Parts: sequence; structure tokens; C-alpha cells
Amino acid sequence: MKCKTCGEKAVVNMKQHKLALCREHYLEWIPEQTARFIKKYWMFGLDEKILVAVSGGKDSLSLWDILQRLGYQVDGMYIGLGIDENIGYSEESHRLAEKFANERGLKLHVVDIQKEYGHSIPALAQLSNRGHGRPCSVCGLIKRHEMNRIAHDLGYDVLATGHNLDDEAAVLFGNTLKWSKEFLLRQKPVLPGHDGLARKVKPLCRFYEKEMTAYAMLRGIEYIYEECPFSVGSTTIYYKELLNRLENERPGAKLSFYLDFLDARENGLFADDVVKTEPPLFNCPTCGQPTRYEGKCSFCRMMERVEEK
Amino acid sequence: MTVKLILRGKEYEVKPGMNLLDSLKKADILPEGVIATRNGEMILEDEILKDGDVVRLIAVISGGTV
Repeated sequence: MKCKTCGEKAVVNMKQHKLALCREHYLEWIPEQTARFIKKYWMFGLDEKILVAVSGGKDSLSLWDILQRLGYQVDGMYIGLGIDENIGYSEESHRLAEKFANERGLKLHVVDIQKEYGHSIPALAQLSNRGHGRPCSVCGLIKRHEMNRIAHDLGYDVLATGHNLDDEAAVLFGNTLKWSKEFLLRQKPVLPGHDGLARKVKPLCRFYEKEMTAYAMLRGIEYIYEECPFSVGSTTIYYKELLNRLENERPGAKLSFYLDFLDARENGLFADDVVKTEPPLFNCPTCGQPTRYEGKCSFCRMMERVEEK
Repeated sequence: MTVKLILRGKEYEVKPGMNLLDSLKKADILPEGVIATRNGEMILEDEILKDGDVVRLIAVISGGTV
């Protein structure tokens, strides 16, 4: 297969775009497309301060790399979760995030959950009795809280995450199966900022997971290859596999599933419900972060339960 | 001689002379879920695999911790 731009041997073939590219032109194409998505969804401008949440994985490190190549003011934030599971998962992902930052002279903020709150994520999950034996729900809650806290405290305008199209399509699939209207309404490439809450953006939301893996490999980015040990057998991975089976038979199915959903919402699919289902946000009396219900936020309520034990 | 496909430490043997896409199908591996490399270079689905080729497959799905 030949590169559509130069005719040299292609290394990436994107059937959904009917586009094959060589290494050189693929590494140009990805930042060009990212810049297009940033503009299309009004994510941020060159004068804004961006914080990228990095996990040591291919998507978040690639996002950091791309935004830096595009000339944005971008720093990283790594959250140490304290997940070991006999493979030193967090230790290794921290090492890779540090290595990436050091090699490029970039600023990486590190938050260690154990040091900050006295317990690792798996221990907090056990102590709070939340998540039916899996730490994923606690992990998500704490990461969201910490990302908001750090972005706000350090004065960042925007918080960027490395969610790719497969992540988005899997979440959309799960929410559609359950018709979770509230979640469907909130699934967007950009979530606007709020008093105490940085704007959240997903600049990679239109790239397939396979494309981001190819980008990381071709750029020589060393990333953590192993999945989080707690994500093995998760519903999200199961949905990703199902969608990949569909994609295999119908190239472009994942992309149109996601993009048609965004268009449908934009064109008023949920319009009558928006007013009814978008409640006002309150501020948590303990940490000050916005919360959907009056009183303490979920994070503070969970930490209260942990402290009682 | 055969062609060897390696994914997450597991080895699959397929006949030489087929392209990568057919080889993945024979091994019951979903092409959308992997990137294939041979001698450190990424290869595409139309690549014909020869006797003695060792193809390392990189799984693309991750659970994500951010």
C-alpha cells in the first residue's frame, strides 16, 4: 500500500478515511487534524494555559507531544494511584511520565494519592466500600476531583485528557444501552468551565485507538503497554472489542456512531430535555468544588466515610 | 518453516504466502485490535508474510487510567 501524499510505502491505513500514509506524512497528519478538532470544537487558544492529565499511557503522552508540537503552553499532571498488583503498575507509569517530561524539558506536576490522603486507591476503595470490590469507581471519582483541584489551584484555563474515539464510542455504547440521558447529555468533546472547575477538553476524541498507538510508536514515545490490572475484564474493554468487531466488518462504523451522535444532539435530539435535566451546580461546603446536589460533594462524602473507619 | 505471530507473549503459527490480514483471520485475531511489526517496522494488512517471518502484534486496546 502506498502513501496517498508521496507514493512511498505506507505504514498506516485508515479505512474509514480511505487514507494510507507513510511515517513522515502520518506524523504530520495527526497534529494537523488535532489542530482542526481544537478549532472546530472551540477547545482553547494559543494564549491559554493547558494542563494535560498524563497516565503514562499512549494517548495522554501522545496528546502532550502533539500539543507541544502545535506550540501550546502545556504542562502535565500525573496522579500516583498506588496500584501495584505485583507488577508495579503505578511506579512504572510514573517513571514513564517523568521520563517523557525530562527528555523534553516539560513541567510535570505529580500528585501522590497515598501521600495526599493517607491511602492508595485500592485501599480507599476498600475503606469506603464503594464500587463492589473494584477500585474503578473510586479511582474515577478521585482523579476527577484531583484534576479539578490542581487545574484550579495552579491557575490553568483548560484541562485536557487523552480520550480517543474508542474510549468515547465505548462510553456512548454503554450509555445508549441503558438510555442514560443524563450521561448522554454530558458526553461532549468540550465541557465548559464553571466557577472552580476548569474547562475540560478531549482533543483526540476523533482518532481511533489504533491510530494513537501508531502515533506513539512512530514518534518513539515509550508508554506503559500493560492495561491497568483492575481494568482487565471491564465492561469498557468488552464494549471496545464489540465495536472493533463491527468496525472490522463495516469500516467507519465507530466514527459515524460517535459523530452522528454529536450531530444528532447538536440538531436538537435532546433539546426538549436540556432545560429539565441540566440542574444548577452547587458548591461543596468542604472543598468548594461544584457538585450537582446541595451539600458535600461525592468526594468529600467518601473521604468522610474513610476517616470514620 | 512457518510464520510466527506473537501477541502478548502468546505465539500463533500460520502458513507462509498469505497476507497479514488472512494470517490474522487464521489465528482468530481481530485486525482492528492490533498493530503488526516485522523487524521493528510497522506492516499493513496487504503485506505478504514469508517463511521464517516473526510478526510482533501490539494490542491497541487499553483500559485507560486518566
